[in-house]
Amino acid sequence: MVMEMMIDAELRLGPPGCDVTVVQPARKKPASAAKRPSSVVRSEASGTDDHDDASPASKVQVVGWPPVRAYRKNAFHAAAEAASARTTAKKGEQGGGLYVKVSMDGAPYLRKVDLRTYDGYRELRDALDVLFGCFSSSSADGGGGGCQFAIAYEDKDGDLMLAGDVPWDMFICSCKKLRIMRGSEAR
Amino acid sequence: MTYFPEEVVEHIFSFLPSHSDRNTVSLVCKVWYEVERLSRRSVFVGNCYAIRPERAVLRFPNVRALTVKGKPHFADFNLVPPDWGGYAGPWIEAAARSCAGLEELRMKRMVVSDENLELLARSFPRFKALVLISCEGFSTDGLAAIASHCKLLRELDLQENDVDDRGPRWLSFFPDSCTSLVSLNFACIKGEVNSGALERLVARSPNLRSLRLNRSVSVDTLTKILARTPNLEDLGTGNLTDEFQHESYAKLASVLDKCKMLKSLSGFWDASPSCVPFIYPLCHQLTGLNLSYAPTLDYSDLTKMVSRCVKLQRLWVLDCISDKGLQVVATSCKDLQELRVFPSDFYVAGYSAVTEEGLVAISSGCRKLSSLLYFCHQMTNDALNTVAENCPNFIRFRLCILEPKKPDAMTGQPLDEGFGAIVRKCKGLRRLSMSGLLTDKVFMYIGEYAKQLEMLSIAFAGDSDKGMMHVMNGCKHLRKLEIRDSPFGDGALLGNVAKYETMRSLWMSSCNVTFKGCQVLASMMPMLNVEIMNELVGSSEMEENHGDHSKVDKLYVYRTTAGARDDAPNFVKIL
Repeated sequence: MVMEMMIDAELRLGPPGCDVTVVQPARKKPASAAKRPSSVVRSEASGTDDHDDASPASKVQVVGWPPVRAYRKNAFHAAAEAASARTTAKKGEQGGGLYVKVSMDGAPYLRKVDLRTYDGYRELRDALDVLFGCFSSSSADGGGGGCQFAIAYEDKDGDLMLAGDVPWDMFICSCKKLRIMRGSEAR
Repeated sequence: MTYFPEEVVEHIFSFLPSHSDRNTVSLVCKVWYEVERLSRRSVFVGNCYAIRPERAVLRFPNVRALTVKGKPHFADFNLVPPDWGGYAGPWIEAAARSCAGLEELRMKRMVVSDENLELLARSFPRFKALVLISCEGFSTDGLAAIASHCKLLRELDLQENDVDDRGPRWLSFFPDSCTSLVSLNFACIKGEVNSGALERLVARSPNLRSLRLNRSVSVDTLTKILARTPNLEDLGTGNLTDEFQHESYAKLASVLDKCKMLKSLSGFWDASPSCVPFIYPLCHQLTGLNLSYAPTLDYSDLTKMVSRCVKLQRLWVLDCISDKGLQVVATSCKDLQELRVFPSDFYVAGYSAVTEEGLVAISSGCRKLSSLLYFCHQMTNDALNTVAENCPNFIRFRLCILEPKKPDAMTGQPLDEGFGAIVRKCKGLRRLSMSGLLTDKVFMYIGEYAKQLEMLSIAFAGDSDKGMMHVMNGCKHLRKLEIRDSPFGDGALLGNVAKYETMRSLWMSSCNVTFKGCQVLASMMPMLNVEIMNELVGSSEMEENHGDHSKVDKLYVYRTTAGARDDAPNFVKIL
């Protein structure tokens, strides 16, 4: 009964991943968002993503903020361009979303999430919680970390790994599939 | 004292360590003024528009080392429009006419042309040192002029300049007779250099102690160079991006091993992780390490290096190091005095692996920490309080939370109390930059406790004019105040006008200051230049602008004896 309520099984028309819009934890916009100072410049990125307003804070650009010298920014820009040129040469597809399937033990449907929309493991966990309801307190029985489920993933080599050990950027490069496992199996 | 011969007075003055001390003694009487000015060897001009160059060089004709700074600090972040000013020309021309004995020139945030460098190279026969930091307007042709004409050149130090690269030939202009180089830094030159010319230059420079290469220099060239410079103390690496090529790196490792004096390392432009193990043998002797241009090194690479750097005093890294990595720094680098953690993602709320936890760890392990620049994802009052307790010796404290106005990550409160703890406990604090959600209260703390504060940077902070007033009234030693996107208006601007004559400058952008307020300030204080920069181009539009009550985009106020400058572009209005 609890499971049915938690799983968002509502059928929708639309490309996979657009349900991600509901996922972002209520990121508090700055109080003066309505009268944002003139130095804020909206990034063009908001038009190209299919979840335009879900994570505005991470894509907004403010003139001269963060306060990093132009020299440093240019150095990175050049490096990033060179690096992405190298990786696009190596790999076929690049850029855009990084959609992976998410399965949960016992759930009838799999979901798909775009790993690029999250800043880290915490956001991913929150997102999965909204989709599957696996980490919210109502499903916990108070034992151990208070949670019955763990996030595992299948990496490039096909091994099943526990998520959280490696830095986030490394994780999203190697994660092929997510699996939410029962805590008893994960230990 | 007036009964002593002038030579004795001059000798006594030579023991005065600081510019301000010499400035003070020159006010005592005419004799002392004369003795002091003729014996002054080092002149520091913090704002190139505060005094006419001619006046400065005529007063100090025997100056040997001149330092001049141009654009305001926020120019670093593109807040000052291009062509604002800060031209080196007038200074070099004036010095060329009046100070033939000039040996050293240091310039920061100025516009320097090739003609200026040409004039510099030809005008001072004893010229020894040129240091250009965050300057622009010149090319490698200007460097060629310096190389060919400055026969006694010891130091050519180019830090983070925007240099037009016209090819690698400039380095070949150092004549064979030039053997005096002690310090060479061309890291900011974008293109190739002639490796043969570089190797020969190094080979004939036995006194070379500091060498910072640019990205184009290969591992093999680096190896050949290092074989010639076993006494090198400071090295900026060249290209280390290549994947593991055992033979090249092994040779590099063996020459590095002979550099027993090498204490400081930088460069590492996009360095490949495979170069890291070859640096290990050096780590134990390093006091300075800059890895902030290596986004390719992850937490594991960084910690393996840093954990071996037991003598480290200065560390610059990227936030890829993460909180866990900073923990390793805290346990390994007990002598750390300066830490800078830069962001690898420049979006406003971009990802950062670094939070308040990393800073707390650092503070509890590195008790000697006195200088901090820390970009992070979030902060808490609790953490700042702990940091202040652990490290009361902060002189420079700059904290940048990537998302403006972000509150305490645990309590959702403003960060007033945290920064309040910093200013209260760190009694020697001279420089402070704040971020996150801040109310007028933090300024009250600053005004009350930050008695040694000289420079304050404010962004997206405060509620009312009272905030700025606390600072203006309380910080007796304030020299530079720079504010952006904060609700301070005419009341704050005009609340303590006499203060501006005790300060070098005030910058306010995207605040609530109006045209009228600026006019009032200018009319009350003739010794100040009140510069206004508006988005609207042309002064006629500014006048039509219903009024005086229109807000000013950018305001730059500074004390000056030179009056309004005559090189201002048309978007700058000087009241």
